[in-house]
Amino acid sequence: MSSTTNSSTHHTSTIGAIGAPSRRNTELALLVFAVVIPVFAYANVGLAINNQVPSGLLSYGLGLGLLAGVAHVVVRKFAPYADPLLLPLATLLNGLGLVIIWRLDQSKLLQSIKQAGSAAPRQLMYTALGIALFIAVLIFLKDHRVLQRYTYISMVGALVLLLLPLVPGLGANIYGAKIWIHIGSFSIQPGEFAKIVLAIFFAGYLMVKRDALALASRRFMGLYLPRGRDLGPILVVWFISILILVFETDLGTSLLFFGMFVIMLYVATERTSWIVFGLLMSGIGAVGVASFEPHVQQRVQAWLDPMKEYTLSQQGVGGHSEQAMQALWAFGSGGTLGSGLGQGHSDLIRFAANSDFILATFGEELGLAGIMALLLIYGLIVERGVRTALAARDPFGKLLAIGLSGAFALQVFVVAGGVMGLIPLTGMTMPFVAYGGSSVIANWALVGILIRISDTARRPAPAPASNPDAEMTQVVRP
Amino acid sequence: MSELTLTVMRLGFLAVLWLFVIVAVQVIRSDLFGTRVTQRGARREAARPQQAAARQQSAAPPPQRGQQGGQGGRRGRNAPTKLVVSEGTLTGTTVALQGQTISLGRAHDSTIVLDDDYASSRHARIYPDRDGQWIVEDLGSTNGTYLDRNRLTTPTPIPLGAPIRIGKTVIELRK
Repeated sequence: MSSTTNSSTHHTSTIGAIGAPSRRNTELALLVFAVVIPVFAYANVGLAINNQVPSGLLSYGLGLGLLAGVAHVVVRKFAPYADPLLLPLATLLNGLGLVIIWRLDQSKLLQSIKQAGSAAPRQLMYTALGIALFIAVLIFLKDHRVLQRYTYISMVGALVLLLLPLVPGLGANIYGAKIWIHIGSFSIQPGEFAKIVLAIFFAGYLMVKRDALALASRRFMGLYLPRGRDLGPILVVWFISILILVFETDLGTSLLFFGMFVIMLYVATERTSWIVFGLLMSGIGAVGVASFEPHVQQRVQAWLDPMKEYTLSQQGVGGHSEQAMQALWAFGSGGTLGSGLGQGHSDLIRFAANSDFILATFGEELGLAGIMALLLIYGLIVERGVRTALAARDPFGKLLAIGLSGAFALQVFVVAGGVMGLIPLTGMTMPFVAYGGSSVIANWALVGILIRISDTARRPAPAPASNPDAEMTQVVRP
Repeated sequence: MSELTLTVMRLGFLAVLWLFVIVAVQVIRSDLFGTRVTQRGARREAARPQQAAARQQSAAPPPQRGQQGGQGGRRGRNAPTKLVVSEGTLTGTTVALQGQTISLGRAHDSTIVLDDDYASSRHARIYPDRDGQWIVEDLGSTNGTYLDRNRLTTPTPIPLGAPIRIGKTVIELRK
């Protein structure tokens, strides 16, 4: 800010430079709140299940608090003008996820079938890794525009990441979907990281091509029809996402990438026709693949008639997924206010109770009220991402922020919609909440990039001391 | 653990969760600062100490004017208070005049960022001289700055209501 102590009336602060306070203290207060809530939940679970405050309460609270505190200090130092809400919201989701995973660890039933047991400590470790990556992003990525240089490298990187699970010997077919790779004793879901890398590619690519995609078009029935050759990119992305659907049999990943591209294309060109095309193409693709791919057919069957699948599965005659029905029961028995933390029976969803179906536990134990709050928190993260995109001053930052938040929103929609029976179930993870290393780590990196963009976007413009004229005038003045 | 305690904890937890959401939404509300244009309109004096200080200097009560040399009192009544864009893409934008220099151009750090193909990146600036008279100065722009119909060559005082034309944009000072 320019000095106003000068008696001269001729000072040079522009209006834009005023009014963007750093908001770090707000963030700290919210962060404390966001750590206290999971600790409360943790105590609540312990009291409900074991009749005592869990012994790990202090260490768990300190652990989460420490991680959040370190992240906050780094944001304060390296991104002082960043959005004050992103970090607390992500921390709260991560903390709540840890509590629910720990709660499912306590289930005797899940322990007996080895579906859970010590997932919470591992998830805490993944959280630490995720926050470490978040910090690394903030420290080493001084300016998000640097990423623009790696547009085409990102494209290659994303393709490699997406296709890795198909490499024989490396990829693993876990429960019908080939989206994991094994390295040593770790299994990684490269798709989670591909999401970020692909957003960088799309942002860089669309920034250069958007004029061609937006302007060269004919008007037909109120829609701008793009030229045939401009359809190339969307066709290529569509084709790749179909390939993913066919060979990795994962509807979620496929939908996520295609959806992200359509969103970014729409934002870059402001042409509604792209959305129409996108919906048409994804509809054609999904129906087409579902007509010959048995795994996808099973998922659709379980979605259309979960009860039938459940009965068949109970009788041991076919039936592929009893969980879809179990998840619905969990939501139903939760009702409006839920059964209370630690007092539900969502552990009856034996398989993947703490990963894909963790939302069912939330629904049962916190009820509709809790689920709504949870979804609102996701919504707020997306809102802050979109807000960052609006505030960003460079087109690349805008597109990247919209792409990342769009992908985040789509992922939440695909998982929540699948578990609640709105769309066919797919094997994706609820960001931050569900058990899974790749997901937590990748999403912390995503939030890191959003925070970096928002810091650049909200940083007040430098005081126009760059105007040498004005400075000289001030010196001469008596 | 008694049923009552657990029920209280259950409802309490939901309440706390929702409280967090509400607090977060309040933070968003207090955080709404938009693009530069809306910001000018929605500026509040109390929240912005620098601005208040700036205001005190320019549109200040007589004693302070006296300290500056006793000038300005004469034309205090006729002094313009705002700059209005009357033609061009930014039509309707106003900027309060508070003794600050207003830069015009396509550069992103200009006070008024002109989205005008005929404007230079640092096109012109408008500033008050020692007497509080507002002056417009062309900063070596390609297409020139016009006051009424005359192309500016030197810093020129702006009469109230006189159109200043930059490319397709016309601005004027109003009371």
